[in-house]
Amino acid sequence: MNYNWDWGVFFKSTGVGTETYLDWYVSGLGWTIGISIVAWIIALILGSVLGVMRTVPNRIVSTIATVYVEIFRNVPLLVQLFIWYFLVPDLLPENLQEWYKQDLNPTTSAFLSVVVCLGLFTAARVCEQVRTGIQALPRGQESAARAMGFKLPQIYWNVLLPQAYRIIIPPLTSEFLNVFKNSSVASLIGLMELLAQTKQTAEFSANLFEAFTLATLIYFTLNMSLMLLMRLIEKKVAVPGLISVGGK
Amino acid sequence: MRIVPHILGVAIAAAALISTPVSAAELTGTLKKINDSGTITLGHRDSSIPFSYIADASGKPVGYSHDIQLAIVEAIKKDLNKPDLKVNYNLVTSQTRIPLVQNGTVDVECGSTTNNAERAQQVDFSVGIFEIGTRLLTKTGSSYNDFDDLKGKNVVTTAGTTSERIIKAMNADKQMGMNVISAKDHGESFQMLESGRAVAFMMDDALLAGEMAKAKKPTDWHVTGTPQSYEIYGCMVRKDDPAFKKAVDDAIVGLYKSGEINKIYAKWFTQPIPPKGLNLEFPMSPELKKLIENPNDKPAPEKKA
Repeated sequence: MNYNWDWGVFFKSTGVGTETYLDWYVSGLGWTIGISIVAWIIALILGSVLGVMRTVPNRIVSTIATVYVEIFRNVPLLVQLFIWYFLVPDLLPENLQEWYKQDLNPTTSAFLSVVVCLGLFTAARVCEQVRTGIQALPRGQESAARAMGFKLPQIYWNVLLPQAYRIIIPPLTSEFLNVFKNSSVASLIGLMELLAQTKQTAEFSANLFEAFTLATLIYFTLNMSLMLLMRLIEKKVAVPGLISVGGK
Repeated sequence: MRIVPHILGVAIAAAALISTPVSAAELTGTLKKINDSGTITLGHRDSSIPFSYIADASGKPVGYSHDIQLAIVEAIKKDLNKPDLKVNYNLVTSQTRIPLVQNGTVDVECGSTTNNAERAQQVDFSVGIFEIGTRLLTKTGSSYNDFDDLKGKNVVTTAGTTSERIIKAMNADKQMGMNVISAKDHGESFQMLESGRAVAFMMDDALLAGEMAKAKKPTDWHVTGTPQSYEIYGCMVRKDDPAFKKAVDDAIVGLYKSGEINKIYAKWFTQPIPPKGLNLEFPMSPELKKLIENPNDKPAPEKKA
């Protein structure tokens, strides 16, 4: 295959202002991290609430959470993103719609769509993990708390959740990494995160393989460090004798 | 073994004799590959209206560039004396087109690919097949008629295009405070314009005419503004394969010399086109006329507005 390799391409000028291609990657990485962190906070809070809802002894409450999970887990992420980006703004009242579409910076509106989309999507998955975490605990935990006179919120807050979270740290870690990888859908609604900048670099420079190789390395390094960080947290919060840590 | 050189000599002489009749058509590179496999693979697009796009359920491409591509196939059939040459179609996107030509999946790609210096590092371009200006699509009767009217406004363009580069550079150089949105394809760019997210859509004028033709009410929109650059589209072939490039070039120049190109142009730009039967009403520009008179494979000269 006759391809002209040029690894120096990242230091070349993009022709836009004084930026080099490397500057684009740096700003893209910033957006990727920003989207992922905000979406993860939404997912963790909402997912925990839903996870608790699925386990409480109340049919209606647990059904609501189940319906939520099935809807958000079974519709493709990209379809959900297009709904949030193209459809939902059109449902706003007329004057709010105009402000949202024209006066609000397009990057801001794309950012809002993507964090809401990714947050709600991931919440469905976090919910399932919180639920399994709670259900994995021995029934005696809840019964003992009840016998000691704890109210339902207290049982969850003081007894069940602190143990459940510790159990589910490993699957929660992969969900956390998924958020970073899934954040690349933002490139399809014009938000210049890491993948969008990579594609732009590939198009402008015609050095496609270099562009995507660098992006691969950045995603890999980012996710690898996050994984190690989560490992560390898991060790730090471990309760001796409760569960084994790090698979060892 | 004194006899070896003799045998070798005879063999060489014989080989030379045998090969003499076909030496004029000594095949190398892509031509040899096409000849040996009996197939040629064409790269095409799916939504570059009216250059190369899919208009019906058959999945076969149609369009101006596609007709040129078919003329190339006819010429190669004649060159290789292979009337039953099989044609394979391979859909490409703006991200895949260059690597697929390079790695041999696609033999020739005719779509809406601008010939520029960066791409010429990776592939060779045929003689130019079209020339466009980068302009704006805005609402008819709105106050946005040229680039100066766009200060502080939302402007959409398609990611990975020359227009994206030009408008971002213009925004930085002239400090116009525009919000440039990069949509993933022309269809989505137009959607951003139609839904009011952007006041103008910057793109190649011929493609803008194509998008306009797809609109709910085409008369609501118009192509406007001073062209910020001129660009020449070419067909892409593998680098350093002069024989194949010459075959492609000769076929295209043949269309220009015979005047056949005018018929192809009229078919796609001044007559109703599939799938909706809309007429783009896009007469041939003086730039394209000049290119057809003097075919060449150079990128368009840089023009700073």
